[in-house]
Amino acid sequence: MPFFVQLAHHFLPETILAVGVMVLILIGAWRGERGFGLVDEMAVGILALALVAIALSSTPDTSVFDGAYIDDGFSRFMKALTLIGAIASILMSVDWLQRSGLEKFEYPVLIILSTLGMLLLISADNLIALYLGLELMSLALYVMAAFARDDGQSSEAGLKYFVLGALSSGMMLYGASLLYGFAGTVSFAGIAAVVSTSAPIGVIFGLVFVLAALAFKMSAAPFHMWTPDVYQGAPTPVTAFFASAAKMAAVAITARIVVTAFPGVKDQWRQIVVFISIASMLLGSFAAIGQENIKRLMAYSSIGHMGFALIGLAAGDEAGVRGVAIYLTIYLIMTLGTFAAILAMRVQGRYVENVSDLAGLSRTNGWMAFFLAMLMFSLAGIPPLAGFFAKYYVLLAAVDAGLFGLAVIGVLASAVAAYYYLRVVKVMYFDEPAPAFDRAPMAVRAVLAVSTLALLGFWVYPTPVMDAAAAAAKSLF
Amino acid sequence: MLTIGLTHYLVVAAILFTLGVAGIILNRKNIIVILMSVELILLSVNLNFVAFSQSLGDLTGQVFALFVLTVAAAEAAIGLAILVAFYRNRGTIAVEDINSLKG
Repeated sequence: MPFFVQLAHHFLPETILAVGVMVLILIGAWRGERGFGLVDEMAVGILALALVAIALSSTPDTSVFDGAYIDDGFSRFMKALTLIGAIASILMSVDWLQRSGLEKFEYPVLIILSTLGMLLLISADNLIALYLGLELMSLALYVMAAFARDDGQSSEAGLKYFVLGALSSGMMLYGASLLYGFAGTVSFAGIAAVVSTSAPIGVIFGLVFVLAALAFKMSAAPFHMWTPDVYQGAPTPVTAFFASAAKMAAVAITARIVVTAFPGVKDQWRQIVVFISIASMLLGSFAAIGQENIKRLMAYSSIGHMGFALIGLAAGDEAGVRGVAIYLTIYLIMTLGTFAAILAMRVQGRYVENVSDLAGLSRTNGWMAFFLAMLMFSLAGIPPLAGFFAKYYVLLAAVDAGLFGLAVIGVLASAVAAYYYLRVVKVMYFDEPAPAFDRAPMAVRAVLAVSTLALLGFWVYPTPVMDAAAAAAKSLF
Repeated sequence: MLTIGLTHYLVVAAILFTLGVAGIILNRKNIIVILMSVELILLSVNLNFVAFSQSLGDLTGQVFALFVLTVAAAEAAIGLAILVAFYRNRGTIAVEDINSLKG
């Protein structure tokens, strides 16, 4: 296939982002400090254009660029989720950035660059593309964590994320070098062909290193240690981006690599995934109990949710991957809604982020309390909200695959986790009111309302998400 | 006469990798040392790639090594930039002073 045909048919969203980000940099350099509003609006437009390009593309699954890159149903589904996360993050962040004196045009540029990295990562079909996508995503995220450069906490968060992220990239690369050496190829299909007959010990070692690094990127225990600090220290809109879009890409590539490159050593990687899943669920449930800072609470919550998503992956079959896709969709909506609520926590012009600041919210701001309560119920997995169905489908897949122990631990962990979600609801509805919040900007209220309604609506009309997730999972096998 | 084969390169690379990881985990003094350890890890990986490439008679490993070199440069630049921002806020780059975030 000629290069430009590949570009137009299978690489269009990435091309839009790559060209668009260069235009934005030029505009930003031209207009300087005044360029923020224009660049920000154009960034939303570019991301939306890429989303439209994905929604309209219906080409059959194709491998392009000499097998470095794959355009299939799974990648399109995950890319759509990533782009939705990025668009919502930008929309929510404008007001926060302006009030914090951070309205610099570099912010939307960095979001698009890291989103481009995520799209490359999701579609990677060999180790080189995997590494380049991962680094493009991570390098932009390091800078974003330290974006409030006059704030000690933000630069500390950036530094911690950078050091641990660089370590995990190094581990990924060492694993990639072992995979290359012992399998003799960097393509996922080639590795799959080698491990289907025999599995050299070097390949298993490489697999362990790569999985450890990917667990790091999706902040699953025992590689989670950066998450609470970075979530707390980074500017809140950046945290929202970390918790939504970045997770989608990391989980997607983990699912792709174990399913397409290592089907022959399923028993080996299943042990690792089960261990990571159990560790994350337990840590996410117990460590969050004492947290007072709501961003830190959400960090532990996200660790626990990654553990749940990995239950589906541990099942390792089509139903399991479908469960992961559904879980990530619902997790994305819940995370965006919760961070919209956190971005609305502003008292007399100052942003607050403690659970106690939410006290008595039902009396000072009934709608916000209602929306946040629904989000908390959904995060805890209480039916009939969407969070329940997310857990239901991954647990179902695990039981069908015979992983009873894992399913039981998952249910118990979610019961423990319900404690700290319900505590937020109790603080909002039964405690004496804290000072009322200022009026939140339009975009933040819109994201909060839309995500809550989506969670309620999933119960009534789940078909679109279910069908899309089933088609995505099917294309991976 | 000892001939240097693939195994020797792999052992050297494994030692370098371990030193790099140990440098990050055990280091209690200075963040610059951590950046050096990261470079050490990436160089050990490059050694692996080039040695495997030579022994497999396949160029992909060397291409990968070039990509790693390029990205390592970008990574070091970003790491140093974040470090400078941190130093301006705190006036220190000692590892034990990175402790304002905890809970």
